[in-house]
Amino acid sequence: MSDDGAGADDAGDAAASGGNDLRQNVGRRFARLPATDAEREVEGRATREEVLDWWETRFGIQPETFEDYTFWEKGAGKIWALAGEVVSPIEVEAIGMKFLRTRQEHWKPTTDAVQRFGRDASTNVIELDAAQARAFAAGEDLEPDWDGDWGYLIAAHEIAGGVEPIGVGLFTHGTLRSMVPKGRQRDL
Amino acid sequence: MEPLERYRPLIDDFEAFLDACERPLSSAVRVNTIKADVDRVRAAFDEAGVGYEQADWNERVLTLDTDSPGTTWPSMHGWIHGQEEVSSLPPVVLDPQPGERVWDAAAAPGSKTTQLAALMDDRGLVVANDNNLGRLSALRFNAERLGVTNVAVTNQDARNFSLKPFDGSRASEESGAFDAFDRALVDAPCTCEGTIRKNPDVLDEWSLDHVSSVAGVQKGILTRAIQATKPGGTIVYSTCTFAPEENEAVLDHVLDVEDCRVVEQDVPMDHAPGITEFEGESYDPSVANAARVYPHHNDTGGFFCATLEVGT
Repeated sequence: MSDDGAGADDAGDAAASGGNDLRQNVGRRFARLPATDAEREVEGRATREEVLDWWETRFGIQPETFEDYTFWEKGAGKIWALAGEVVSPIEVEAIGMKFLRTRQEHWKPTTDAVQRFGRDASTNVIELDAAQARAFAAGEDLEPDWDGDWGYLIAAHEIAGGVEPIGVGLFTHGTLRSMVPKGRQRDL
Repeated sequence: MEPLERYRPLIDDFEAFLDACERPLSSAVRVNTIKADVDRVRAAFDEAGVGYEQADWNERVLTLDTDSPGTTWPSMHGWIHGQEEVSSLPPVVLDPQPGERVWDAAAAPGSKTTQLAALMDDRGLVVANDNNLGRLSALRFNAERLGVTNVAVTNQDARNFSLKPFDGSRASEESGAFDAFDRALVDAPCTCEGTIRKNPDVLDEWSLDHVSSVAGVQKGILTRAIQATKPGGTIVYSTCTFAPEENEAVLDHVLDVEDCRVVEQDVPMDHAPGITEFEGESYDPSVANAARVYPHHNDTGGFFCATLEVGT
């Protein structure tokens, strides 16, 4: 159901054919996203520009939020955000935070990315009441009143004087499915 | 408790020490300032009716009036991380700055890694290394839950740690390449005697052979940390054990084999100085700059912490 838990990381390795050709997406290493289409050498790889556009279009999060960040792909379509930079490509276990799933029709942010950056979101944020928030955190599906877009939403609630993102929900046909990965679900 | 008897000559109020070792520890958390400030976390606990007490030496450390901090909203949001009070000392002593490159040599499960990241305002780079892949997955989980984005995770034997993935061997001009760290934390694997209040069984398997073999690993890791840190850079060496063989003797060893010194440090908790003699062995006088935090000092677990400066 959720693909942003640990363990699913290397599932895309089959897409890599090995070797050191930088024009291929190699599963075991992280490669920095190209800035724009013109600089793209790996087929299907998202660009930095697309990633920034996506966060802005989907959630209203301004590109400046990610000014100091570099974006990386490892495996098929998994994008990681690193505050700062390292050499590319790089073979390590992890860099920064896994934060977006691309190479699919509807890009999907991770729970951790939404918790980290979702406070700046202005659209497609669904604010849950206390009971709904608890159910969502436990991984349960909801049927909230929502007239907005279908697709991936940021589920949030009011706590300690502010609205705080909890995680990602998938809204279709009147149902909000909690995408909170098992390991992050809580009985509150 | 038997193995602790050997420390009787080292500890001023040995009965108070033994009494403290027998008392269980209350549940402490560290506020993760990457995601929330201390006031907001306090407000959230107030709203939820969960009592807390702030550590007098560190406003980010709270002792909670609940046995299950994991079932609170601040935990769900990654605003807090369960971490024993004294265990948050070494990163504070290391005092990493935003923008620096810091090596966490034995990092899993990541409590101190994430604390280093928070102290750096999530800027710069923490290279979190551990030789145990299973424990590294716990580290990655914790780092992501806490919203850390300035970490690189490596799976190497710290004693032979290679900076090659970061292009350290070539030190190329490519942006982001580097070949040495500004600071390092060596929170070494140890016999964990100081965690007895949390793990009452920790002394069951105690043996001097185990102490000696762990000490060999500790010397190897600290030596590598000194080599991998820039001249003039700072290293904190810490353990959660009392055995001088794993503490002052390790410092004494690296003073012999590497260009470094054990310097004075600012330790904001009650503590005793490092010892310079034990069971017929004597150590370099500068190891007295180290800190021995005993359980009865601050009503915490036990810890050892020393600061080294790499020669210029």
